[in-house]
Amino acid sequence: MLNSSTIKTKTADEYRAEAKRARIVGGLKTAGVYTMLTLWAIAVLFPFFWMLLTSFKTFGSYNAERIPSFIIRHATLDNYISAFTEVNLGGYILNTLVFTVVTTLLMVVVSVLAAYAFSRLNFKGKEIVFTLFLALMMIPSELVVITNFVTITEMGLRNTFTGLILPSVTSIFYIYLLRENFSQIPDNLYLAAKVDGTGDLKYLWRVVLPICKPTVITVLILKAIECWNSFVWPRLITDNEAYFLISQGIQTIRESGFGRENVPAMMAAVVIVSLPLIVLFIIFRNKIMEGVARGGSKG
Amino acid sequence: MEKNNLKAWLYLAPAIIFLGVFLVYPLVDVFIYSFEEGFNSASQTYLGIGLYNYSYVLRDPYFLKALGNTFILVFITVPLSTLLALLISLGLSSIKWLRKLFQTIYFLPYVTNTLAVGLVFMILFQKTPYTDGLVNYVLSWFGVQAIDFIAGPYWAKMLVLSLYTIWTVLPFKILILTSALASVDETYYQAARIDGTVGARMFTRITLPMISPSLFYLIITGFIGAFKAYSDAVALFGTNLNSAEMNTIVGYIYDMLYGDGGGYPSFASAAAIILFVIVLTITSINLIVSRKTVHYGGGVGNA
Repeated sequence: MLNSSTIKTKTADEYRAEAKRARIVGGLKTAGVYTMLTLWAIAVLFPFFWMLLTSFKTFGSYNAERIPSFIIRHATLDNYISAFTEVNLGGYILNTLVFTVVTTLLMVVVSVLAAYAFSRLNFKGKEIVFTLFLALMMIPSELVVITNFVTITEMGLRNTFTGLILPSVTSIFYIYLLRENFSQIPDNLYLAAKVDGTGDLKYLWRVVLPICKPTVITVLILKAIECWNSFVWPRLITDNEAYFLISQGIQTIRESGFGRENVPAMMAAVVIVSLPLIVLFIIFRNKIMEGVARGGSKG
Repeated sequence: MEKNNLKAWLYLAPAIIFLGVFLVYPLVDVFIYSFEEGFNSASQTYLGIGLYNYSYVLRDPYFLKALGNTFILVFITVPLSTLLALLISLGLSSIKWLRKLFQTIYFLPYVTNTLAVGLVFMILFQKTPYTDGLVNYVLSWFGVQAIDFIAGPYWAKMLVLSLYTIWTVLPFKILILTSALASVDETYYQAARIDGTVGARMFTRITLPMISPSLFYLIITGFIGAFKAYSDAVALFGTNLNSAEMNTIVGYIYDMLYGDGGGYPSFASAAAIILFVIVLTITSINLIVSRKTVHYGGGVGNA
C-alpha cells in the first residue's frame, strides 16, 4: 500500500527526525511495558513480602501499629517457635508429608503400570478402554465427592490415612501423559529385550523408566504440589485434629489457634507452610511450568 | 505382535479398580441420590423417587445466594483475568531483558497454598479495632473512608474475593498465553511488516487469530474453574460462608454434605448436578461461539 506521502522523496533531515520520533515512541512503549510488568510483579510478591515481614514482628509491636509499618523495630523468631509449640503445626506438616508421599507414590505405580499397558502391550479392547479413560477425565470432582464421602464414612475410614489417600490416588491425566511418553520409545528396544528373554516388568523398570525419567519426575512434582495443597477432600473426611493436613490446619489456626489477634504468629505458620513449595518451585521451575503448560490446571 | 491379554489387564487392574470405585460408581450413584426423596443416611432408606430434592435446593435461599454469588464472581473474574493475562503476556513477549525473572515471579501463586496466602490477603484487607489494615491505609491517601473488606458490606467482600480469585488464576493463564505467543511464526510478522501493516492491525489480523485456540481454551477452563470457586472464599471469609453471605455453589454442596447443616447427601447431589448442568450449558455456548471466531490450523486464513 503506497500512498502519495511515501512516494514523495524525503530529505536526509526528515529521515533523521522520523527515526528519532520512532525511537522515542518505541522507548516510551518499552517503558510502559516494563512499568506494567513491574506493577504486576509487585502485586504477586507483596503478599509474600508482607507475611515474611509480619512474621518477624513481636505480638506487642504489631498490635501497637495503628498504621501498618514496613519497619521491624524488634525482630523476633518467637513467632516461629510458637507456631510449633502453641498450635500443632508440626503435626499438620507431618500428616501432609505422609499423605503427599504415599499418595504420590501410589499414583505413580498405578499410572505407570496402566500407561505401560496402553503403550506397549496388545490386548482386546485397548482402544475402547483408553477412550473410556479419556472420557472419565471430564468428570468434575464435585460430582463424585458426595458418594466417595458416603463410601468412606460407611467403611469407617473417616479420620484415617487410608480414607484420605485412597480416593486421591487416580489421575487419568498423568496416565495419559506417561502413555504419550512411553509410546515414543522405539519398538526395537522392546523386541531386543524380548529376544534376550527380559520380562515386561524388568523391561519397564530397566529401560522404560530410565528413558522417561524426566516425565516421571514432572508427574511426581505436579502430584506432590496438588497433594500438599489439597483442602476439600481432607476437610470432608477428617474432623479429628490429629489427622489435619496443612490447609485445614491453617484454617484451624486462623479460626481458633493463638487467639484471634496474634497475626504475627499466624504469618509465621503461613511462611512455614509456603516455603517448601517455593523452594521446590525454584529448583524445578522449568519442569513444573512445562508440565502445567502441557495440560495441568489447578484443582 | 502377540497378544498378551491377561498380562495387560493385570497391569491395568489397579487403575481400573481405583477408577471404578472412586469415579465411575460415584458418578452413577450421585444421580440416584439426587432422585431419592427423603433419604436417611443412618438407615439407608428413602421414601420415594422424584424431583423433590431439586425443588428443595432451587427454593433454598442459601442456594440462591450461593448461585448469585457464583455467577457474579464468574462474570467479574473470567473476563478480567483473561484480559489482564493477555495484556501481561503481550508485554512479556515484547521484551527480552528480565523476561525470565518476570515469568518466574508471575507463576508463584500457582504453587502456593490457597488457604495460606488467602490469610495474608485477609490481613491486608481486614479492618479490626486495632488497625484499619494496609489497604485501607493506602486508600486513605485518596481520601477514602476505611472499609471492612472481610466482614463489611457485600460489594466490598465480593471485590476482595474477585481480586484474590484473579490473583490465583492468573499464573496459569499467563503461562498458556506466553507459550501461545511464543509459538506464532515470526515470518507472518515479517511478511506483514513488508506489506506496511501497522501495530494494531498486526494484532487483530495475526496475533489474535493465531493465539485464539489458546485464548478460547483459557476462557472455557476459566468458566469451569470459576463456577467451582470455593477454596478462595474459605481462605478469606472462613468456613461458615453462609453467615458471611459469601457462599458458592460448591460451598453449598459441601455444607449440605457435612458440617453444621450437613447430613443431606441427596440435596448435595441435586445441587452438584445443577452445577454440572450450568457448567455444561455455558461450555456448550462457548463452543458454539468459538466455531465462528476461533481460528484453527496453520495458515493465516479468514479469522
